[in-house]
Amino acid sequence: MTVQMLIEAWRAMGANRLRTFLTMLGMVIGVGAVVLMLAIGQGAQYSVSQSISSMGSNLFIILSGSSTSGGLRMGLGATPTLTVADAQALSELPEMSAVAPVVPGVAQVVYGSNNWSTQVFGTTPAYLTVRNWTIAQGYPFADSDVRSATRVAMIGQTVAQNLFGNEDPVNKTIRIKQSPYLVVGLLSAKGQSLDGRDQDDTILIPVTTAQRKLFGTQFQGTVRFIMAQAVSAQMMPAAEREMNALLRQRHHIREGADSDFTVRNLTALVNTAAQATRVMSILLGAIASISLLVGGIGIMNIMLVSVTERTREIGIRVAIGARQRDILMQFLMEAIIISIVGCTAGVVLGVGGAAAANHFADITVVITGASILQAFMVAACVGIFFGFYPARKAARLKPIEALRYQ
Amino acid sequence: MDPIIRIEGLHKEYETDAGPVPVLKGIDLSIDPGEFVAIMGPSGSGKSTFMNILGCLDVPTRGKYILNGRDVGTLNSDQLAHLRNEVIGFVFQGFNLLPRANLEDNVSLPLVYGDVQKSGRIARANDMLEKVGLAKYARSLPNQISGGQQQRVAIARALVNRPKLILADEPTGNLDTRTSGEIMALFRQLNESDGITVVLVTHEPDIATYAKRLVKFLDGSLIYDGEVSEART
Repeated sequence: MTVQMLIEAWRAMGANRLRTFLTMLGMVIGVGAVVLMLAIGQGAQYSVSQSISSMGSNLFIILSGSSTSGGLRMGLGATPTLTVADAQALSELPEMSAVAPVVPGVAQVVYGSNNWSTQVFGTTPAYLTVRNWTIAQGYPFADSDVRSATRVAMIGQTVAQNLFGNEDPVNKTIRIKQSPYLVVGLLSAKGQSLDGRDQDDTILIPVTTAQRKLFGTQFQGTVRFIMAQAVSAQMMPAAEREMNALLRQRHHIREGADSDFTVRNLTALVNTAAQATRVMSILLGAIASISLLVGGIGIMNIMLVSVTERTREIGIRVAIGARQRDILMQFLMEAIIISIVGCTAGVVLGVGGAAAANHFADITVVITGASILQAFMVAACVGIFFGFYPARKAARLKPIEALRYQ
Repeated sequence: MDPIIRIEGLHKEYETDAGPVPVLKGIDLSIDPGEFVAIMGPSGSGKSTFMNILGCLDVPTRGKYILNGRDVGTLNSDQLAHLRNEVIGFVFQGFNLLPRANLEDNVSLPLVYGDVQKSGRIARANDMLEKVGLAKYARSLPNQISGGQQQRVAIARALVNRPKLILADEPTGNLDTRTSGEIMALFRQLNESDGITVVLVTHEPDIATYAKRLVKFLDGSLIYDGEVSEART
């Protein structure tokens, strides 16, 4: 019965190939658009989530300032108020998993005949934990290096590329601002940050070395900012509260006075970016869905024409014993076949389009089985939904009127 | 023996803007199994409406119609479809074959709705084509054979489900005299050898003479019911 119906539906569709093709084209474009837009939307979400995980999770940044000097409010970080000891104290809070003080600067680095200007961070080994960063070769410098302010460095991939080319940088000596530093570790690749900076263009050295030997500081032991990681996302509000309280106490700030530091929740900023991407992909999907809807209306249109054209045939079928549901199923089957064949072609088109977008426009795309399945289900539903009304119209024709129809 | 068709006080009215128009005004008729009945009457006499009601394609406004022991008025649309499929075979003036299906598929179509398996369908369709002398055209399309042959295919389709009753509405209306004679001879053969009840509508007296019993309609009423040979035609 069902096989017979499939054969008959196929035959009916074959009777007017161009029309069937055009009807299908509506579905092909609709489904293709949905698949492509889902791929691009999910690609964007994937990029953002990659950036987020490369930045590190549950992250705070504590900036020094702002202070008021003679009525002039200075910008954040203008007055160094945070110290390595502050970072040490913060790391002892139970809500924190890792805390790293940072003294940033820019310096010219030299190896052999190569030289390169890069960002140098004076920090502690905890920085790697906070930033979710790993060592590709060698090993990280140790807390003992921080205590004794040794001249050791971990270098980023971009720096290694520019100074060493294909040479192994570990255990080589580079010169930062004329002084020799031993490269103990090569950092793993991290890629671009959310704002497009190359995170691999970085050298990490002990914070004490940066303070005393490389950049010097205005006041003994001060740092520009502290990066801190909370134990979990749930702990972040508590962590923020505790850090504020502890630092105010350590900095002897009176009740009601402004803090001389600012605690910022970086994860919240990143979540906003993720949110924006999600909204964008929903929007893309919605626009694509409209074309799918238009494709569905195309099916309905053609099915209505087909029912009118085949009124007499319906009459014959009813006269020889077709039940209403046989007629209903026959026309519904045609709509579903058009949808499913159109959908298959649409998936191929969408996947091809996504591959092309990835290849030619360098857009990150993510195609999952789930999104293809989703497109398939939607297309089948569109076929059933828009095929149902014409099919029901056919099934409800009065047999004598259908037979009399010319 | 119970009649295959029993009709009592059958009325049919069509609703129009000007009020109900009566088409059939109280028909009483009984047809026994194995009869060969011709229905005649001028256009508008109600004979086509009557045939549609006989074929369960239309329902009477009032009155009783018992087909093969079942009161048609009490059946729902699925049961009517089943009746059309199992008990009745239709033959139309315009043949009404499906143009895109070959003869084999056309003939086996009632079996599709009768839920017969594919292999059984093909075998029975070919038997029927054999019976009407068209077995070698099983794979041809309807437009590749002549009108008379198409009507034979339509008869084969009407017969494929082994019906008790064949309803033929002007079956020779589109055929020339010689072919008409062949088709009528086929009906007669089915009636006499297979015992199938045949009811046909025609307006040609020559065609009516193939039947045994003649029923005449005029203005929605029966005006004659008797032997064909005794009717003044």
